[in-house]
Amino acid sequence: MPEQSQADQSLEALQDIKRMMERSSRFISLSGLSGIGAGISALVGAYVAYGWIVDYYGSDVKRGAILLRGYTPDGAEELKWKLIGLAVAVLAVALALSMWFTWRKARKSQLPVWDHASRKLLINMLIPLAAGGFFVLGLIDHSDWNYVAPACLIFYGLALVNASKYTLTDIRYLGILEIILGCVNMYYPHWGLRFWALGFGVLHIVYGLIMWWKYERS
Amino acid sequence: MKNPIGNLNKVFDSRIRMGVMSILLMNAEISFNDLKQLLELTDGNLASHMINLEENGFIKVHKGFIGRKTNTTYSITKAGEKAFKEHIEALEHMIKGMNK
Repeated sequence: MPEQSQADQSLEALQDIKRMMERSSRFISLSGLSGIGAGISALVGAYVAYGWIVDYYGSDVKRGAILLRGYTPDGAEELKWKLIGLAVAVLAVALALSMWFTWRKARKSQLPVWDHASRKLLINMLIPLAAGGFFVLGLIDHSDWNYVAPACLIFYGLALVNASKYTLTDIRYLGILEIILGCVNMYYPHWGLRFWALGFGVLHIVYGLIMWWKYERS
Repeated sequence: MKNPIGNLNKVFDSRIRMGVMSILLMNAEISFNDLKQLLELTDGNLASHMINLEENGFIKVHKGFIGRKTNTTYSITKAGEKAFKEHIEALEHMIKGMNK
């Protein structure tokens, strides 16, 4: 029946159109394992940082008084640089791991990693992230440590919400959760490290597991 | 009875031209190289289809430079958007018509 085949052809054409529209505007190779890798490095980093902070402030940390007392000049300066170094290292490991897993997924599905869509994703993610980076550096410069964790969470969340237009839309929910966590953290500033570990560690791992389950299991 | 095939645009019969239009519908501007990569085509093959689309007034060409290398980008025209959307609608009608 020629009529039937014509409908089939039309359907195929429409599916083609949909696929090209999606592929040219969204980067779909983002792997769930990337989230898990980033989450684990964040948790390890937070654990190390917690140890250093406890060492420095002694048992006060148990009363949640870490940041309340401000800091004494000598050891504090050292701790500050150690923590900044740790943060940079965690970021580097998290980025390397997530890029590797994503590269692997793209290769498996024979899609390019660096194309029009991934470039757009990166640029749109970088705009809120760069603003957040400057903001956090400013906070550190003014020794205002209380709001470093909430600022990280909020700006990162905004970056993800913005990026969700250019990749799998699920990332939008992760972004919204990060923003909420950051806002709540504003009112519990002494719990910054814990909120940070929850947002960058636990949420990433949970998100990564869900994404992996949803898109990559087989 | 109206013939649904009448609304299908001959220009978009080619899978490549259809692909180009789909991509341009989603992206305000896209370079020749990005198109080539997305559609997995060679220079010559893609160029001939782009000329065809341009001659039909469906796309606009912008020639620019990045350093000394030419950087050609394309965008969709109002006429192109309209024609392609009508083509999609015609495809939909064909499918709906068959399910009756």
